[in-house]
Amino acid sequence: MKYICFGYLDLQTWEKKSPSEQNAMIDQCFAYDDVLRQTGHWVGGEGLQGATTLSYQDGKVTVTDGPYAETKELLGGLLILEARDLNHAIQLISNHPGIKMGRWEIRPAQDLQPMIEASERRRAIADPR
Amino acid sequence: MPSAKDIPETIDALYRTESRRVLATLIRLLGDFDLAEEALHEAFRAALEQWPAGGLPANPRAWLVSTGRFKAVDVIRRRAKFEFPLDTLPETQIPAAADEEGEAEQPIRDDRLRLIFTCCHPALAPEARSALTLREVCGLTTEAIARAFLAAPAAIAQRIVRAKAKIRDAHIPYEVPSPAELPDRLDTVLQVLYLLHNEGYSASSGESLTRPDLSGEAIRLGRLLKELLPAPEVLGLLALMLLQESRRAARTSCDGDLILLADQDRGRWNHALIVEGSALVTQALRTRRAGPYTLQAAIAAAHAQAPSTAATDWRRIVGCYDLLARIAPSPVISLNRAVAVAMRDGPSAGLALVDQLLQAGHLANYHLAHAARADLCRRLGMVEEARAAYATALALARQEPERRFLERRLNELG
Repeated sequence: MKYICFGYLDLQTWEKKSPSEQNAMIDQCFAYDDVLRQTGHWVGGEGLQGATTLSYQDGKVTVTDGPYAETKELLGGLLILEARDLNHAIQLISNHPGIKMGRWEIRPAQDLQPMIEASERRRAIADPR
Repeated sequence: MPSAKDIPETIDALYRTESRRVLATLIRLLGDFDLAEEALHEAFRAALEQWPAGGLPANPRAWLVSTGRFKAVDVIRRRAKFEFPLDTLPETQIPAAADEEGEAEQPIRDDRLRLIFTCCHPALAPEARSALTLREVCGLTTEAIARAFLAAPAAIAQRIVRAKAKIRDAHIPYEVPSPAELPDRLDTVLQVLYLLHNEGYSASSGESLTRPDLSGEAIRLGRLLKELLPAPEVLGLLALMLLQESRRAARTSCDGDLILLADQDRGRWNHALIVEGSALVTQALRTRRAGPYTLQAAIAAAHAQAPSTAATDWRRIVGCYDLLARIAPSPVISLNRAVAVAMRDGPSAGLALVDQLLQAGHLANYHLAHAARADLCRRLGMVEEARAAYATALALARQEPERRFLERRLNELG
């Protein structure tokens, strides 16, 4: 199963660290990512920059800057894991060095297949070819 | 000896039949659940890499155990490099291979039984025992356990994490309890076996209606327990599992669809299992200390011995449910009792009871409660109400064959 894991960075903890400590932490995180790749658990991952929000109002799409990162923590990255189950995902993330720098949120990817099939049936009825 | 191209399939089959046994042994050898789990999977990965070229080892299970033990060293090294926040490093070093010599002296040779008693240790929270056993002993995923418990996966995951931490921190021993402790420790084990059997008999989700491996496993462990401690409820539970098992072949059509008890071809029931199960029921009832499992087994035996639905002793079945509701009250028991009452006294009597239960709110998310309501409404000619109840049941059901059954019934209403 796939799990999407959001890694947050606690800015207070982070800023207390010296540049060399910060580098060591970054190196550990990337080294652990390599372990996840070697053991077949890494599906993908990205670091995250500032957000842009799109919303729909009065028939129009509005684009706004933000939401801005909080001053305490920011969503630093996301990682897609292949794990046997939720406890396995917890085990893998609990070993991620990034856990020392902020919380992680683990979300099982939802299998949308039944929903997609139900939708296809509805659309076939609404618009028969 | 399978050819190289069949080896991945052989490994797949081995994973299904042997991985829990290998895990149980690795936990004993390594003294750490998570380490053993990683080691187990590394061993299977190694098998996938090495066996296609090198061939199947003479004793695959022993190969997996020793490879797992070897791989654990790598896992520990890797962990040491990353300074583990969860404090998962085992305190003991990995024991030398000579450790297996003492095995013959152990009263119980089955590591899985040892694992069950550890997972069902009274120091663990009751709701954690079943979850942990289902995951570690039976290899269910956290998500499947959550469905069996009608709970959120995150809540189950937390129980499992806490239970493992407790086993580690409280130094819960990895052993079968002494004869003096056994009776007390047994109740939780029986509960777990029952859940395990249910998961196998009526898999909580997915394409297939049943998972014979799991039921077979529960029965195997039940037989082993009976050898160890033939208490009335051990006999009762084993009887219940055997009697349910006896109907397996008749329970699904060749298309994998669900066939209700009333419509089953009774000639396809496994009569050897019925005879064995019925004898155990009699034996357990004779002790006059019949508990919930024995009563449920007595109900299953009444069904198993009946030539048809009409000729079933519904009076005896309702009587058993009355006793059950008294000693082990639960909304699901009340639901089953309502269905039996409907057979004895007619559908409207049953419907009144089901509605009472649904109004009390306990079973609002239980698809079978709505399916039962739908069926009773259908029999009473209340088509609109039946339709609504089938639709609710369908929205809640997770298992494909069950969903197809409900859809079929819904369509038959016209």
